[in-house]
Amino acid sequence: MRITLTVNGEEREADVWAGESLLFALRERLGLPGSKNACEQGECGSCSVLLDGVLVCACLVLAAQAEGHEVVTVEGLGSDGRLHAVQEAFVQTGAVQCGFCTPGLVVATADLLARRPDPSEDEIREALSGNLCRCTGYAKIFDAVRLAAGAA
Amino acid sequence: MRTVSAPARKLEHGRVGESVLRVDAIPKVTGEFAYSSDLFAAGMLWGHTLRSPHAHAEIESIDISEAVSMPGVHAVLTHEDVPGKKLYGLEFADQPVLAINRVRYFGEPVALVAAEHPEQARRAAEKIQVQYQPLEPVVDPERALEQEDLHPERPTEEAGYFNDPRSNVVRTIVIRHGDPDAEGEVSVSGVYELGIQDQAFLGPESGLAVPDGEGGVDVYVATQWLHVDRAQVAPCLDLRPEQVRIHLAGVGGAFGGREDLSMQIHGALLALHTGRPIKIVYTREESFVGHVHRHPARIWMEHRANHDGKLVNVRVRILLDGGAYASSTTAVTSNASSFAQGPYAVANALVETTSVYTNNPPCGAMRGFGAVQVCFAHEAQMDKLAAELALDPVDLRLRNAIAQGDILPNGQRITGSLPVAEVIRRCAALPVPEPEALPRDAIRLPGGAGNVTRGEGVKRGTGFAVGFKNICYSHGFDDYCAARVRLFADASGELGAEVHCAAAEVGQGVTNVILQVARTELELENITLAPHQTATVDSAGSASASRMTWMASGAVQTACRAAREELESRGGSLASGDEVDVERVYRHPQTWPLDPETGQVQGERAHVAFVCSAMKAVVEVDTELGLTRVVWIGTAQDIGRAVNPQAVYGQIEGGTAQGLGLALMEEIQTRDGLITNASFTDYLIPTALDMPPVDAVLVEEPDPDAPYGAKGVGEPPTVVATAAVVAALRDATGLELTRAPVRPDHLAGLTA
Ligand code: FES
Ligand code: FES
Repeated sequence: MRITLTVNGEEREADVWAGESLLFALRERLGLPGSKNACEQGECGSCSVLLDGVLVCACLVLAAQAEGHEVVTVEGLGSDGRLHAVQEAFVQTGAVQCGFCTPGLVVATADLLARRPDPSEDEIREALSGNLCRCTGYAKIFDAVRLAAGAA
Repeated sequence: MRTVSAPARKLEHGRVGESVLRVDAIPKVTGEFAYSSDLFAAGMLWGHTLRSPHAHAEIESIDISEAVSMPGVHAVLTHEDVPGKKLYGLEFADQPVLAINRVRYFGEPVALVAAEHPEQARRAAEKIQVQYQPLEPVVDPERALEQEDLHPERPTEEAGYFNDPRSNVVRTIVIRHGDPDAEGEVSVSGVYELGIQDQAFLGPESGLAVPDGEGGVDVYVATQWLHVDRAQVAPCLDLRPEQVRIHLAGVGGAFGGREDLSMQIHGALLALHTGRPIKIVYTREESFVGHVHRHPARIWMEHRANHDGKLVNVRVRILLDGGAYASSTTAVTSNASSFAQGPYAVANALVETTSVYTNNPPCGAMRGFGAVQVCFAHEAQMDKLAAELALDPVDLRLRNAIAQGDILPNGQRITGSLPVAEVIRRCAALPVPEPEALPRDAIRLPGGAGNVTRGEGVKRGTGFAVGFKNICYSHGFDDYCAARVRLFADASGELGAEVHCAAAEVGQGVTNVILQVARTELELENITLAPHQTATVDSAGSASASRMTWMASGAVQTACRAAREELESRGGSLASGDEVDVERVYRHPQTWPLDPETGQVQGERAHVAFVCSAMKAVVEVDTELGLTRVVWIGTAQDIGRAVNPQAVYGQIEGGTAQGLGLALMEEIQTRDGLITNASFTDYLIPTALDMPPVDAVLVEEPDPDAPYGAKGVGEPPTVVATAAVVAALRDATGLELTRAPVRPDHLAGLTA
């Protein structure tokens, strides 16, 4: 089936099979592999995107459900070739190792800071507890969130 | 013609020893970095692997006729379609590319499908009719020693190991040191057990295999050692090594789990068969069965000591379950044996370690590699001994700390840097945070958002652990790393350099290490690292054993110096268009194997160098519900020298998280050999709510043999963290807690 949706501000069309997730469509149909596929079962947050401004796991949304809706992926966060403040903070603090969790965490952090510009330590931990990272032990990710919050 | 002299200009930044931002960080935060699962090629098909639902069965027949006629299907392959060697393996070729007549573990690859859509491939795989005759699985490693041999041809025999005639033995090591019967004034003993841990890297096994149209193939894959992949892949395809080019695709974490092959041969087989590029991406469930795990272990230890606290004799028996195929089990066996007594000087020791084949999930490399398991046991023993002697546990460790000049049970004298007493002192001196007042937010209590306590029944405890392990490959392995440096005059007439090194960037930051070394040696700004592949440079060895910093530094340093010499011999300048191109191989000082009968090293050293680490953990336990919260972790780690301090701290924090996971939650569960928790819902890894702050101190005592004195950092935090966290749980509860991971029912006193 053919779906039409807005991705990172651009109207896009894709031919998808009815059982395909939004994540698969983004990665394999629309040339946007930034959103990651660590579990495809809603357990890791690596596929986090904004669907009409709401943080979702793209692996749990059917591509067909996104018909007519607006999706923002990690590729769409920066503007005019400049990094988003959260992306910049992840780079500066060393919050990236293998980086497989990073797109999801960057999107989740941007969402957190949009809702709570100055989150407490506990709020940061709770907000990011759905995003698994196997490499960093999270310490530098928390540093990144604080740095981005300060910069905002 | 313009000529350019080196150095073109004085380097401002980016040398060895400075915190340098990761060069791959920007593409990783923007989503542009191409991981092995992100690859795409025109005309590409999707590969899928049909796997065994049994832990042990005879295959009576395989019928692919229905599957091949399914829509979109281009190929269905079985072992009959493997043109070359049918078996492969990291150390011993004992594992079939696709099962032949028998399956030996749950999830073993049986057949392959290529189709236009991944769902078509999965559905076709369901239509492959495999007739199995289930056999009794060998699942208890102790009983395995008496049960039917799963590998009657005994692949590891004749490898120069101790000759152990019992069934299913992969390797037995016996180390006798001094008088193994020596008595002490006191003795403590215990039996310890560890479950199976999974690397649980986030990037699933995946890759793209592209036929070259001339019978060869290019494989783009996330791996830890490109050249050893090629050495295994080419013979199975019946191709010459140069016809198989392995390229490093973006790696989403490794931790040992990408040492063995996953999709490499399978993808290449399908690509060569269909003439089309093949993409394979494992699901998370498949990933849990698709790579080797950390060896589960049963360990008996007896520590004999005198009243002054000096160890007299350490006696150890270790049983490791290697699962269905050997992988790196023989090396894990020798590592567990090497570090069984911990970083302590002891005049007498007896260590007997046996690893076995079973029908459980295959086990191999995981961060810490045998040292994690024994550290859990020897540190529990040291605490027990301290209690028996009424000594302070830290003081007991200091009294026995091994130092330069001391001899290990394998006969090796410690010569390089190994500041055990220093890491103990520096860690012990770290101030522990005061207990937080009650009431407090539930998120800061055991059970967290579950909101199960307001502080009643919560007890606090502190634990301490010390551990050590080797750096680089040991026991006579020809361990080397190559690097190639090309100097050229760039378009603007400035001197630039391109470095080739096949050292796998798995997230640990070796790319920065390579560039920092090259900048330090060449004093140039314009230095790039060429893509990692087998075709343009010799082997770098594996990104494992905490060796990549040491080995890549050595190789790049040597190649850079050779390039400069060459440049100078040409008068110190290059005409534009000219270039210097040199490749050099670096080897660390030689090591020797152990005598198979006595376990004594047959030369100067068995290991080239060691790293040690001490860790202190503070926990709170809800003793009624058995729930935990790790409050704080402090650590002092011996690293030789930090090449990139920011990355070093990152390694320590991440390695600590993995050790904490094994202490509290991470275990592959099996029933009769079948994995029952192959998902992140059922196999838990630490989340942002589970990790405490980690206060890390770097102890920098440069190693005389290591390039720049830098030893390596990846493994020690994982080695000590499990032991330290469980020690804190014992302190909080007074329970023995001899098994990791510790479960809530253990802590609530419901089970032992
Ligand atoms: S891939 Fe969607 S939550 Fe893991
Ligand atoms: S950086 Fe590797 S999973 Fe987070």
